[in-house]
Amino acid sequence: MSGITNRQAICDVLLGAAKEDPDLVVVCSDSRGSASLAPFAKEFPEQFVEVGIAEQNLVSVSAGLAACGKKVFAASPASFLSTRSYEQAKVDVAYSGTNVTLVGISGGISYGALGMTHHSCQDIAAFCSLPGMRVYLPSDRFLTGKLIEALLKDDKPAYVRVSRSATGDVYGENLDFELDKANIISRGRDVALIACGEMVPEALGAAKRLEAAGISAGVVDMYCLKPLDEQAILEVSQQVGLVVTVEEHSPYGGLGSMVAQVLSAHCPKKVLNIALPDGHLIAGTNREVFREYGLDADGIAEKIKAVL
Amino acid sequence: MIETKAAKEIEAAKPEAAKEPEAAWETAALTRKSYELRRDIIEMVYRSGAGHVGGDLSVIDILTVLYYRVMNVSAENPKDPGRDRFLLSKGHCADALYCVLGDRGYYEKQEAIETFSQYGSRFIGHPNTDVPGIELNSGSLGHGISVGVGMALAGKMSGQDYRTYVVCGDGEMAEGSNYEGMMAAGHYQLENLCVTVDVNGLQISGKTKDVLCSGDLGRKFAEFGFHVIEVEDGNDCGQLVRAYEEAKQVKGKPSVVIAHTVKGKGVSFMENTVSWHHGVLNEEQYRKAVGELEEAMK
Repeated sequence: MSGITNRQAICDVLLGAAKEDPDLVVVCSDSRGSASLAPFAKEFPEQFVEVGIAEQNLVSVSAGLAACGKKVFAASPASFLSTRSYEQAKVDVAYSGTNVTLVGISGGISYGALGMTHHSCQDIAAFCSLPGMRVYLPSDRFLTGKLIEALLKDDKPAYVRVSRSATGDVYGENLDFELDKANIISRGRDVALIACGEMVPEALGAAKRLEAAGISAGVVDMYCLKPLDEQAILEVSQQVGLVVTVEEHSPYGGLGSMVAQVLSAHCPKKVLNIALPDGHLIAGTNREVFREYGLDADGIAEKIKAVL
Repeated sequence: MIETKAAKEIEAAKPEAAKEPEAAWETAALTRKSYELRRDIIEMVYRSGAGHVGGDLSVIDILTVLYYRVMNVSAENPKDPGRDRFLLSKGHCADALYCVLGDRGYYEKQEAIETFSQYGSRFIGHPNTDVPGIELNSGSLGHGISVGVGMALAGKMSGQDYRTYVVCGDGEMAEGSNYEGMMAAGHYQLENLCVTVDVNGLQISGKTKDVLCSGDLGRKFAEFGFHVIEVEDGNDCGQLVRAYEEAKQVKGKPSVVIAHTVKGKGVSFMENTVSWHHGVLNEEQYRKAVGELEEAMK
């Protein structure tokens, strides 16, 4: 593991872009440290806005800046960004079509031991249901960097969720990236694993374990939740007997729900949705919580074996 | 006007030209225009059976003064980067704003009057950017001040001298998000931001002071670092002009115009009557309202 987090990857890209673009603005809600954006605030103080612990203001101020020509990245813990400021995201960003990228840091159960107040296990469902909002959960630092570079080139609203800790590298510097096209990392004959965010390396680990047990499983990195790459889903699902979705999210309204919706309409298949349970989650580090609920490589492989 | 030390200093520092309205849109012309627009609003809400007529009639003088006298905006160049920005945070009074923008030439006013809130119309019940001249979608209360802070900050960052105007309602001031925006406006000393509160004293459930008393709004804004301008009669175009001219002279802090208005102003049976928050006129009421407004314009 490189030790470089996705949030650091975001800061690196923004630091590079700010040198060329004086209209690039970062807005934080007392979150520059936890978002790894302190270097940006230090190097580009004229392009950095601090709103204090006020997430509603964070999003509305960002929309106002964007409406006057700024390209805004607003970063705050995903738990608060996706709930406290949800209406501002709906009205001032999505409905108004402002050039704001909402960066949800420490997403999912990154703050595992801090309790449900600090979890964001509903953000995929929440943001995907906003007309005009795009939703991305990049897996590793390389894909995160490419994604941010792509978002810098357009002017439409987006939500990007990243985790707090570093995830294992899935790709390398030469990652072939196309915005809104899922990465089909490998193809399997028996199982198609479709995962997003931090679950992608876990799905790859599960595929290896299944391979050792004589089960051929492929992995898709569905970092683009909205627009969902339906073509990729259909492509990897045609030949397999089981489609498995893996997400650090509630079982309702997330990747599993959306994949099942696509398959039921176009290619009926059995879908196993591996997600966090609908309930108060056990306390622990994110690794401990993943293990508890079978969201690590071992747990994913075992759940699939049990179904086959 | 509030008699604060700061206000006196600003008054003393004002250039002569700022003290009296310019000749082009002097008070009488503005007042007449506001009554013409009231007539349009009555036509719009009667035809559609929709709208928020009470608040429209309280805020229309504010909108008239801003759009005809105070703000640097142009229907010919609605996207001019140097234009002043306007946000109707009390977005339910979109009907009034649609009449003003149509009258200013952003589009055919008659289209707005005839299609407001109708099937397929772009003139929906709250401001939206399909309508030329609308900066951003609004309608959910408590957003305007914060969005205005972002617009004002953008102006400062880019070295542009446009001003940002936000109009809120007094009932709206119960939304907590307003205070996040006010805190940021004060912190960043946004002299290019001017908030107006249309204090008509009524909201959908009754008197604002009974529903949830907002207390002394001027003191609240002052605590957040605003220069406070109290306008005793917020339906008096002359008083409003003087307030906005004063706001333009303020340095180092945002301004707020606390405009004490009458809900339903100009139509006798609507004035200070809570049921006209979004009441619908019958034919008899329509004729009476039109008669009163036309009489006032003679």
